[in-house]
Amino acid sequence: MTISPTIERPPSTIPKQIEDLTMLEEVAARTAGVSRLEMCIQCGTCGGSCPSAADMDHTPRMLFAMLRAGMRQAALSSNTPWVCVSCYHCVVRCPQNVHIADVMYTLKSMAIHAKLYKDATAPDFSQTFVDMVEEYGRSFEFGLATRHYLKHFPLRLPGMAPMGLGLLSKKRMSITPSRIKNIKQLKSILKRAKELEADDHD
Amino acid sequence: MTEYLFYPGCSMESSAKAYYDSLMAIAGPMGLKLKEIEDWNCCGATEYLGISLTPAYALISRNLALAAKQANGTKTVVAPCSACYLNLSKADFYMQERPKLGKMVNQALEAGGLSYKPGSLDVRHLLDVLIYDIGLDTIKSKVVRPLKGLRLAPYLGCMVPRPDYEHRWSDPEHPVELDLLLEVLGAEVIDYPLKTHCCGGHMTQIGPETAFELIRRLISSADQYEADMMVTLCPMCQMNLDAYQNETNRFFGTNFNMPIMFFTQLMGLAFGLDAKDLGFGSELVSANEALAKIGVEVPLETQAAPARPRKKEGLPMPTPLPTNAPQLPKDEEA
Repeated sequence: MTISPTIERPPSTIPKQIEDLTMLEEVAARTAGVSRLEMCIQCGTCGGSCPSAADMDHTPRMLFAMLRAGMRQAALSSNTPWVCVSCYHCVVRCPQNVHIADVMYTLKSMAIHAKLYKDATAPDFSQTFVDMVEEYGRSFEFGLATRHYLKHFPLRLPGMAPMGLGLLSKKRMSITPSRIKNIKQLKSILKRAKELEADDHD
Repeated sequence: MTEYLFYPGCSMESSAKAYYDSLMAIAGPMGLKLKEIEDWNCCGATEYLGISLTPAYALISRNLALAAKQANGTKTVVAPCSACYLNLSKADFYMQERPKLGKMVNQALEAGGLSYKPGSLDVRHLLDVLIYDIGLDTIKSKVVRPLKGLRLAPYLGCMVPRPDYEHRWSDPEHPVELDLLLEVLGAEVIDYPLKTHCCGGHMTQIGPETAFELIRRLISSADQYEADMMVTLCPMCQMNLDAYQNETNRFFGTNFNMPIMFFTQLMGLAFGLDAKDLGFGSELVSANEALAKIGVEVPLETQAAPARPRKKEGLPMPTPLPTNAPQLPKDEEA
């Protein structure tokens, strides 16, 4: 099923290669709840409230303008959603009640789908976390940390050893995962959910 | 006794064991009967939502479905962890706001023989239940050892007061609930301006420089207010501020030594409970000095072993460069 635009437009005069005017609607349609993304008035309150804006390629405001302009490639390869810390400051301050943090989650999943992210650190971390959860039904910090740090931050490991040992010796981290009883049920649910998600995106 | 469905979340069993232990210790005196949801699974934290929508919400909703099935007269789910609390309430709220999501999630749940009718549970945070159901008066009546002389910085982090779909908190940016609770315990509570600012979340794992700066801001502000410790209600915040404090110090050349405790641990102390039953000693930045101010000693067996002195001739360890360090000129591309 394709995501069909809900607004009828006159024939476009924009050159075909840059025309991607369904982008905004597609992002909205793929966001949980009612995103209200199309209500953005470009006031910039989001970027001004953001604790990690300094590390972003584009502020949320700029990114939303890019979505509106149909700049698919640029928007999906922006590091902005990956640097978002989900603090929800922008969400409670937005005068238009745009669900900004949830739009960021949508953009991450679209960037993964389109393989447009620039740096694999964050997507890999999320995927590793999810792999563990799908396998055990619970998060598994030790497995996650070792796999992630060996791949992405090997040089940080020596400096972090005392902390890791501290957590282990204080029994704040276990070296074996714990599994839920009915993992079979969870796996069937997630399998079905993935099929539904794939059908929805075709 | 008021009975609640209880969703502990993964951290309570591992990194935030102190939170779990102290909560179990105060549950009796508070008249909280917590019935753990049988066979609950991880909520997906902030990771699954960024991978795929329907599976992420199906993962969260399996817990809601189990809770609704096991609810015996009660419809309130209590979550002590911020990310769990937000994810559970977010799923419940969005499935009502957008029925299509609820429909897809239920189709997925059906594969496991489960279903959930959005809106049939109340998802609430532990602090919310303590303040608004149990009440400050009851809490105050249990205090036998007031935390007099202890200066505390109340720190809530982001995901409890925001986005607050159900309008449960006094303010999304400067809520007073935690301050009031610590005050009735007899502590000196500072008006901590960064009480709902971000601890860095998962950035400690994927973009450490971003996280270190956020951690530095929080601890440095609490330090300037001369807080003896920061008191939090979130496993992720506790982990970032406690376990990464050392790395943050090394990164900025600072020397902060700020203990980060869970509010339930301080409640237990004020109720006269034994520090060893409240998870004290499992923090990496020791709270012993601060606790000595109120005459509490941490049991020896849980104290950290003294650090082994490092040999002078040891190999140098790589340390990250400060951001303002001079950069080597980049090689010209051949």
